[in-house]
Amino acid sequence: MVRQVLLVVLLSFSSLASAAIDTYQFKDDATRERFQSLSTELRCPKCQNQNIADSNSPIAKDLRDELYRMLENGADDEQVIDFMVTRYGEFVLYRPRMSEQTYLLWYGPAALLLIGVIVVLLISGKRKKTEPGKPDGNLSDAEKQRLDQILKQEQNK
Amino acid sequence: MRRLIVILPLVLFVALGLFLWNGIGKDTKTLPSPLIGKPVPEFSLSALLDEQKTITAADLKGRPALLNVWATWCPTCKQEHAQLNRMARDEGVTIYGVNYKDDRAKAKIWLDKYMNPYALNIYDPDGHLGLNLGVYGAPETFLLDAQGIIRYKHVGAIDQRVWGELRQKMKQLEVN
Repeated sequence: MVRQVLLVVLLSFSSLASAAIDTYQFKDDATRERFQSLSTELRCPKCQNQNIADSNSPIAKDLRDELYRMLENGADDEQVIDFMVTRYGEFVLYRPRMSEQTYLLWYGPAALLLIGVIVVLLISGKRKKTEPGKPDGNLSDAEKQRLDQILKQEQNK
Repeated sequence: MRRLIVILPLVLFVALGLFLWNGIGKDTKTLPSPLIGKPVPEFSLSALLDEQKTITAADLKGRPALLNVWATWCPTCKQEHAQLNRMARDEGVTIYGVNYKDDRAKAKIWLDKYMNPYALNIYDPDGHLGLNLGVYGAPETFLLDAQGIIRYKHVGAIDQRVWGELRQKMKQLEVN
């Protein structure tokens, strides 16, 4: 029993060991939260599918240190982002900023949705025109007579 | 009109296919540097070989030159070192070095052992200049014009082929 409890306790701690851990002392909890949110939004330039919070590469560590230093000195989010972008380019942002280059990225999905809606409306509009409610709407007089005959024959059987 | 709509999906598919095909094999590791067209960031650091001597960004002006970020812990730097030596010795290329996050003693031994192609070597143990230069993996080489403006950046080792490209860009800078 004691062993099992010990095992559970140890296993519950093991996940902590996998992420990059630094011991930063923050002046308050708000700064800590900003550090955490910014470090997950900034991309590591070397290991491109990780943010600087997750990555163990030396450059990610340097950028975390720099982020910490800036936040402790009272930099706002905009200043931090500018600092990173002027050195490493727009690439470091996981949420790209609005610019001529990223209009397609930001508005593309909405534009596609709009096109889809228009296509659906056009198609359903066309259907309505060809089927104006009555089932025999498109039959000529001769065809109607023939249909009546057939129905009568069926009834007389 | 109707026929056009029928082949529209095929056209879209081919267009998308070409677009994606175009991306295959493209280098996604090299980031475009936002520092192109900007001056080398201000710094004041000691010279690697002479602790008393201070180097600033102004010392890098005067003629087109290469600014090479290197370290003894970087295997690719060793790989490109012979090429840098050839360029400095045979073609008289001005190469400035940034000794990036390294140990002064080790770096001195390295230069004694493998020869020193650098006209100046900036000692940047904290990597602060490197950070301001947007360095994310040594070796990186910047092409500077005579006013100390960054004109081009190459990430990775310099070999004969890369030097060919760099030399052309450098010649253009000398003409202007």
